Amino acid sequence: MRPWFIHLIKLLFPPQVLLPDIVGIDIGLTLSALAIALYLTKARRWGWLWREWLTTVDHKRIGIMYIIAALIMLFRGGVDALMIRSQLIVPEAHFMGAQQYDEVFTTHGTVMIFFMAMPFFFGLFNVAVPLMIGARDVAFPRLNAISFWLFAFGAALFNISFSIGGSPSAGWFSYPPYSELQFNPGVGENYYLLALQVSGIGSIATGINFLVTILKLRAPGMTLMKMPLFVWSALVTSTLILFAFPPLTVALGLTMLDRLFGASFFTLAHEGMPMMYANLFWIFGHPEVYILIMPAFGIFSEVVPTFSRKPLFGYEAMVISLLAITFLSYGVWVHHFFEMGAGPGVNVFFGLSTMLIAIPTGVKMFNWLFTMWGGRIRLSVPMLWQLGFIPTFVVGGASGVMLAAVAADYQYHNSYFVIAHFHNVIVGGTVFGLLSGMYYWWPKMFGWKLNERQGRWAFAFFFTGFWLTFMPQYFLGLEGMTRRMASYPPGLGWGGLNAMSTIGAFIMGVGFAILVYNIAWSRMHPEWDTTGDPWDGRTLEWSLPSPAPAYNFARIPEVHERDAWWAMKQRGETDAVKLSPDQVEPIHVPKNTPMPICLAVSFFVGSIGMVFAWHWMAILGGLGVVAALAYGSLEDDTDRELDPTTVLNTEKRLGRVHP
Amino acid sequence: MRRRLKRGWILLASPLLLSGCGSEYVVLHPAGPVAATELHLIELSAAIMTGIILVVWALLAYILVRFRDTPNNRAPYLPNWRGTLWLEALVFGVPVLVLLIMAVPTIKKTYALDHIPSRHPLIIDVTSLDYKWLFEYPQQHVATVNYFYMPTGQPVLFQLTAHSPFGAFWVPNLGGMEYTMPNRVLPLWLEARRPGVYLGRNANYSGVDFWRMTFSAHAVSPAAFQAWVRQVKRTYRPMTEDDYRRLATHFDLVGQETYSAYPSDTFPERFREFTIQGLHYVPTRHP
Repeated sequence: MRPWFIHLIKLLFPPQVLLPDIVGIDIGLTLSALAIALYLTKARRWGWLWREWLTTVDHKRIGIMYIIAALIMLFRGGVDALMIRSQLIVPEAHFMGAQQYDEVFTTHGTVMIFFMAMPFFFGLFNVAVPLMIGARDVAFPRLNAISFWLFAFGAALFNISFSIGGSPSAGWFSYPPYSELQFNPGVGENYYLLALQVSGIGSIATGINFLVTILKLRAPGMTLMKMPLFVWSALVTSTLILFAFPPLTVALGLTMLDRLFGASFFTLAHEGMPMMYANLFWIFGHPEVYILIMPAFGIFSEVVPTFSRKPLFGYEAMVISLLAITFLSYGVWVHHFFEMGAGPGVNVFFGLSTMLIAIPTGVKMFNWLFTMWGGRIRLSVPMLWQLGFIPTFVVGGASGVMLAAVAADYQYHNSYFVIAHFHNVIVGGTVFGLLSGMYYWWPKMFGWKLNERQGRWAFAFFFTGFWLTFMPQYFLGLEGMTRRMASYPPGLGWGGLNAMSTIGAFIMGVGFAILVYNIAWSRMHPEWDTTGDPWDGRTLEWSLPSPAPAYNFARIPEVHERDAWWAMKQRGETDAVKLSPDQVEPIHVPKNTPMPICLAVSFFVGSIGMVFAWHWMAILGGLGVVAALAYGSLEDDTDRELDPTTVLNTEKRLGRVHP
Repeated sequence: MRRRLKRGWILLASPLLLSGCGSEYVVLHPAGPVAATELHLIELSAAIMTGIILVVWALLAYILVRFRDTPNNRAPYLPNWRGTLWLEALVFGVPVLVLLIMAVPTIKKTYALDHIPSRHPLIIDVTSLDYKWLFEYPQQHVATVNYFYMPTGQPVLFQLTAHSPFGAFWVPNLGGMEYTMPNRVLPLWLEARRPGVYLGRNANYSGVDFWRMTFSAHAVSPAAFQAWVRQVKRTYRPMTEDDYRRLATHFDLVGQETYSAYPSDTFPERFREFTIQGLHYVPTRHP
C-alpha cells in the first residue's frame, strides 16, 4: 500500500480506538444506517423525507426533530453513564482502560448538556411557544431550520469522533493546559472545539429567534404579564443564551488557535494564561446551567396549574423570580473555582451572590406547592414527574447552598459531593422537567397520547434509580472520592456506596428503556386525542386540534386574561375559536427550503477539514457556507399564500367551522 | 405509590447516615484546625438545609394527601386563588432569613482561613508534575517526592505551583484543597494537631493517571520532625538537574523519593502572587 494511505488510516483510526467494543459499535451503526437507507428506498420514502422533514421550516416539525434527536442523545449519554458506573462498581475494576474512561466521561458530560438537554428544550420551545402566544410560526422560520441543522450536524460531528480519530478526553469543560497539544495530541479535542462551535451558532440563533418571536408575535391583547409562564421562561432563556454563549465562543476559538495554529493563549509554555480560560468558560458555564433549568421551571409552571385545576399561585412573584435568577446568574461564576487563589474578598462575594439565587428559587418552589394547595391534584404522568421534581430538586438546591459556603467548598470541591449536587439539579430538575413536558405536549405534537400505565412505570424506575444513584455520591464526597477517577483502590471504604450507585444507574437505564417502549407501543396502539385538549388545559395551544394545522391559527385569537383558554371554557365561549365561512382570509406561510441543511452540511465538511487540519477541505466547507448564505439571501420566492378555500377545507375537516 | 417510594428511600438512607461516623469519612474527621473550621461550617449548613428539606417534603406530602382529585375529597377547592400577599411575603422572607444565618459564618470563616496563625510557619513548596508530587523545604533545603513530613502544632504554609496541567492539592483530614497551576504560585496553610499519616491526593483531573497521584502527609512531633530532617541530610544524595528533568518530563508514576538538597531554580518563586505581612497573605501585583 502507498505510504500516504497508511498514514491516512493511522490518522483516522489511531491504535487506541480499535477496541473491540468500538469496532462492534461501528459495525452496528453501519448496518443500521444501511437498513434505514434500504427501508427508505424500498418504501419510496426518500422524497417524502426530503419534502416533509429535511427541508421543512414548520416550527412544529422542527420541534419534533429536535426532540427525537435529543432522545437519541439521551440514549448515547446514558450508555456513557452506565459505562462509567460499571467501571466504578468495585475497586480496581477493569471494565475499560483509563484513557477510554476519560473519553467516556468527557462525552457523557458534553453530550448530555449540549446535545441532549439544550435541543430537548429547544424542541419543546418550538412545539409549544408559538401555539401558546397565538402565533402562526416563529419570527424567522428559516433561521429556525438553520439552528436545528447546525445543532444536528454539530452533534453528528461530536459523535463520529469515537469511531473516526478518537474522542475528546479533557472533560466537558476542557481546561487547558491539559486540552492543549502538549498533553492531548490527538484530534479528539479538535472535535470538541468544532462541534461546540458549530452547534453554538445554532443556539445563539435560536436565542435570537425566540426573543423576537415572543416580543413581536404575541396575539392581540396578550401583554407580557398575561403570557403563560413557559413563554416567560423561553424569553429569559433566550436572553441568557444571547449573552452567555459569546464567551464560550471566544474560549473555544482561542483554544482552537492554540491547537491548530500554534498560538499560546493558554499553553504551559510561553507563559500562557490557562486561568483566563477558566474564567471565560464559567462566565458562560454558570448561566448555562440556568439556561438548562429555566425551561424546566417554565414547564412545571404550566403542568402544576393544569393538573391541580387552579391558576398559578403568585404569578408576578414567579416572573420576578425568573428575572432575578437571570440577572444573578451572571454574577456567580467564580464559585466554580474558589480554590484558584482569588482571595477571601472575591470568594465571599461570589459565595453570597450564589446563595442569593436560592431566594428566587425558593420562592418558586413554595409557589408551586401553594398552587397545588386548594386544588384537585390528578396524578397523570406529566404531574408525576413534577411531584418527583419537588422533593428531589429541594435536596439539590440545599446542597447548592452548602457548596456556596466558601470555606466548606474547599472540602467539597471536585469531590463526588459536587457530582451528586449537579446531577441532583440537572437530572432531578432539567431531565424530570423535560420528560414532564414531553408527556404533556406529546398529544399536541402527534395527535395521540402516550400510554399512562407504562409512563407511570417509566417514572417509578427512573425516580427510584435516581435516588439510589446519586444520594450515595454525597457520602462518597465526604469520604474523599474525587470526580473523574478511572478507578480506586480497595481499603478506602468506597466500595459499598459505589456499588449502590451503579445499581441505581442501571435502574434508571431500565426506566429509560420503558420510556422508549412506551413511545413505540403508544405509536402502534394510538389513543387518539380528538378534542385537542386532553388534559383540560388552560393555555391557547389546547384550543387547537392535535396536531395543529400547518398555519396553527386560522384566525388569530384575542386574549383578555391569563389562562385564556381556561377562561373561554369557564364562560362557555369555546365556539369563539371556530371560524365562519365569511371570515376566512388567505394565510402567508413560509416555503420549504434546502438552504439550511446545505449550510449545515457545509459547516460539517469544513469542520472535518479543521479537525484533521486538511486545509483544502476546510476551505471547501467555507466556500459551501458562503454559497449557501448567498443562495439564501438572493432567493426571493420564499413564501406562499394559502388561499381561503384550502384553509376553509382544512378547518372543515377539523370540525372547526360554524355551520 | 410515591409515598411508598419515599419511605423506601429513608430505609435505604439510614445505613448511610449511621455509617457517617466511620473513619473512612475523612472530611468528617479533622486532624487540624483548618479542617475543623471547615467541618463546622459543613455541619451548620447541613443542619439548616436538612430543616428546609424536611419542611418542603412534609408540606408536599400533606398537600398530596389532602388535595388529591378523588370523588369524596372534602378539602376546600379554591379555583380562583391566585395569591395572598402575606403568604408571598413569608415565602420570600424565610429564605432571606435562612441565608442571613448562613452568610455570617461563611464570611467569618472564609476570612479566618486566609490568615495564618503564626508569624513563622514552616514553608513547603509544592509542585505537581505528571503524575507525582514534588515537595521542597526552602528553610530546611531538603526535598521529597510523593510524601512529606510536617511537625504537629505548627502551621505549615504550602506554596503551590504546577509544571503540568492544573492539579489540586487535597489532604481532607487536614483541610480543603487549593489548585496547583502552571505559571502561578498560590498559598494554602494547614496544620496538624494529631500526629498521624494522612492520605492526600490530586483532586483535579490532569491526565490518565491523575487518580493514582496520591501522597502521604506524615504529621510528627516537632522533635521527630527535626530528627527526620537531620536524617535526610545525612542519608540521601542531593537532587540534580537531571533528576528534576526526569521527574518533570516523564509522564509516569514513581514511588517515594528523598533528596538532601535541590537546585534552587526548580521552584518558580517569581510567580508568587502573595507576600506574607504579619498574619495575612497579601496579594502582590504581577508586572
